Amino acid sequence: MKTNTLILHTAALFIMPLQLMFSLFLLLRGHDEPGGGFIGGLVAASAFVLYAFAFGSTATRRILRVDPRDLLSAGLLFALASTIPAFLAGQPMLTAHWWELPLPGDTYLKLSTVLIFDIGVYAAVLGTIMTFVINLMESEE
Amino acid sequence: MLLAVLSGFLLAIAVPALHRMTGKYIGWALALLPASLTVYFASLIPAVQTDGSLLIEYAWLPGLDITLNFLVDGLSLVFALLISSIGTFILIYSGSYLAGHKYLARFFVLMLSFMASMFGLVLSDNLVTLFVFWELTSITSYLLIGFNHEDIETRKSALQGLFVTVAGGLALMAGLILLAIMSGSYSLSEILSSNMALHEHAFYTAAVICILAGTFTKSAQVPFHFWLPNAMAAPTPVSAFLHSATMVKAGIYLMARLNPSLGEGELWSQTLVLFGAATMLTGAYLAFSNTGIKKVLAYSTIMALGTLTMLIGVGTELALTAFICFLVAHSLYKGALFMIAGALDHQTGTKDITVMGGLRKAMPVTAVIACLAALSQAGLPPLFGFIAKELLFESLLESPIWSVGLTIAAVLAAMLLVGVAGLVAVKPFFGKSGNTPKTPHEAPFGMLIGPAVLSVTALTFGLVPFLPEAALLQAAVASVNGAAVETNLALWHGVNKPLMLSVISLLLGWGLLASWNRLQSRLHAINTSAARFGPEAGYFKFMEGITIIAAWQTRVLQNGVLGLYLLILVAVTFGLTGYTLLTQHGINLTLDLADSHFYEWGIALLLVAAATFSSTTHSRLGSVASMGVLGFGVALTFILFSAPDLGITQLLVETLTVILLVLVLFKLPEFGNLSSPFERYRDLAVAIFAGMVMTLVILAALDVQYFESISSYYIENSATLAYGRNIVNVILVDFRALDTLGEIFVLSLAALGVLSMIKLKAEDQHKP
Repeated sequence: MKTNTLILHTAALFIMPLQLMFSLFLLLRGHDEPGGGFIGGLVAASAFVLYAFAFGSTATRRILRVDPRDLLSAGLLFALASTIPAFLAGQPMLTAHWWELPLPGDTYLKLSTVLIFDIGVYAAVLGTIMTFVINLMESEE
Repeated sequence: MLLAVLSGFLLAIAVPALHRMTGKYIGWALALLPASLTVYFASLIPAVQTDGSLLIEYAWLPGLDITLNFLVDGLSLVFALLISSIGTFILIYSGSYLAGHKYLARFFVLMLSFMASMFGLVLSDNLVTLFVFWELTSITSYLLIGFNHEDIETRKSALQGLFVTVAGGLALMAGLILLAIMSGSYSLSEILSSNMALHEHAFYTAAVICILAGTFTKSAQVPFHFWLPNAMAAPTPVSAFLHSATMVKAGIYLMARLNPSLGEGELWSQTLVLFGAATMLTGAYLAFSNTGIKKVLAYSTIMALGTLTMLIGVGTELALTAFICFLVAHSLYKGALFMIAGALDHQTGTKDITVMGGLRKAMPVTAVIACLAALSQAGLPPLFGFIAKELLFESLLESPIWSVGLTIAAVLAAMLLVGVAGLVAVKPFFGKSGNTPKTPHEAPFGMLIGPAVLSVTALTFGLVPFLPEAALLQAAVASVNGAAVETNLALWHGVNKPLMLSVISLLLGWGLLASWNRLQSRLHAINTSAARFGPEAGYFKFMEGITIIAAWQTRVLQNGVLGLYLLILVAVTFGLTGYTLLTQHGINLTLDLADSHFYEWGIALLLVAAATFSSTTHSRLGSVASMGVLGFGVALTFILFSAPDLGITQLLVETLTVILLVLVLFKLPEFGNLSSPFERYRDLAVAIFAGMVMTLVILAALDVQYFESISSYYIENSATLAYGRNIVNVILVDFRALDTLGEIFVLSLAALGVLSMIKLKAEDQHKP
């Protein structure tokens, strides 16, 4: 399925990057404010779905660069990888680990296994929905 | 210790690579593992001699009090040594028995996994880990019995074994849980060392019945004995290892293990003695009346298992000594005899004893080893089997219950067993030459070393019984008994009652053997007519019944009409909920609407309108859109009541759902009315009923608080423990991250399911 509306094309081109940026924003701030991997993934998915409606599934596959299924498995692997530090430290599975990297100007970059886990959720959600949508669209064509 | 137990699994992973490297010497290469394990376990003997038992601990799931502790005492060490030492020879033997088999690597993978499971089973200190390993032995043995999976009979036998042992395994799990509740601990060592009188506990009877159901099925006691001979469909090394030396003894091990705790009750001893004696006689009779060499051995294994069970039941110190000796003696000679049977089968091309004869000329070494092992089985001096048999008679003569009956039964069984030993060692090797399908040759070295070493060991143990006794057997008897025991093994006791019984059984057995040819046809006739009413017939009836019930319930419940599934689901769930609500709680219709706002009423009306429209409209798109409206309304409610995370998620999911539905919509056929008015009104009634119950439940939930809300914990700790201020997200990725992990796996499975559905459909359509 592919529409030929000029307005949708133009709008999609402009809105999509904004949506993707917003989804990253949601993902990263999720630990303190509303957001997180699940919502971020959904927003990213809706961005790609919008693009897919405007330009079709082939173009969406090209812009995604990876197969949605790979995205899905990458998400699962990320989520599993976040358990490794706890495993190495001999703690119960999924115990969070935090690292603070000093940045110039008295600030810290807070990194954690929780973030890795959240990225995994993000990718898994995005991968799942894109698997649904792209394959449904392709079966259409 | 952890490494020792798990090394089998680890090596199993490397088997395919090793197979490529070592080629036909794979059996010898892999045998290095059990051989070194034998040395390792033997090195633990001194510690067990001085301390009685060792507890080696590893934390596994500390939160659930599940540990990977290993309990090393006399009993577990005897078993571990039997498994590792016999396993060594079995692996060497398998290498030549299955040489050139296309699935050789797979065979060794299974065999090593089985061995590792067996180690875990006999060494585990925790009941839960013990059960896990117990089930692992069932599963690996299922795969091993069904190794020649292209044969339908083999598959059937494998399934039978699995079905019987796993059904028992489920009962065992219940029994072990009951045992843990009774004793307050999942740790075997704690249960064994506590002085609680478990047999006075209210759960005692239930626990004993459940545990015995598990051990009886596993160790093939009457009436569950039928699966064991069928399991002989497995390759012979498997039969030798699993069904004589190890797996079937897992049940025996567990009974012996729990004997100090559970053995004080009447129920325990009487059940064990009764079933054990019945199994002993049945096994001995069936062994004598069969003609296939593997079946003969399998049934005589059943006889041995029955004897062992009976001895635990008798439970005197003497009986337990006899138990340990019989256990060791049986493993030695039966392992050897099975490997001989395999060699005969391999070299002559038949399993039928009636066509074998005079093989001693072609296979002299095999003949000598077979005779040695068979002498031990028949219980002749100076082999270890003799000592075990003398002890058996002696302990039964002094048995506190049913002494005379048990002694007579044991003499009968021993007599039949002498006949069986003759069938295995005399018939094939002596007498006039038979007419076998293959011209027999001496078996290769790899197939002879195992039986040779085992039967020579039986001879050594018989000649110098104090060696194994001092090393380990005494400690083993002590752990079965629960207290130290003075044992006194000797080859010569003087002329006494046991010796005379022994002589009687020998003479009668020899007579039976001489008339075997004449008896055979009559025994065969009796067996075939008895089989129609036997437990195996019952098993098949039961399986047929299951199929019939399954077909019936599929027809009624799973008829493929989605609407019906939904109807039943909703009606049952809300019916039960409503019933509970009415009877347990009472309905509370007071509702304070004073501080509600007008926009909340607006949203509520919108929701009702959207739901009504979506269920009455004839336009699919309209229905989907109004469902979307419904979802947005719910999201709006979430946002109003300050749950922004939920609100956003709901909005996004709702949007994407509408999009997905629209995508699917184009594929559906024209709208049509498929249901009759009656069905629609019925559905309407059910829907209204469900809605009502749900509303009442929510109203009831408002004024009930059974537990303190958990949210205060999260509010207090999310910032300090998880460094996050957004509680919802902290719960998702930190406190309950395991749930989320599970959910994204479910999500992926759903994606794969949809994918395969779409792809398969597409392929279907492209078919010419």
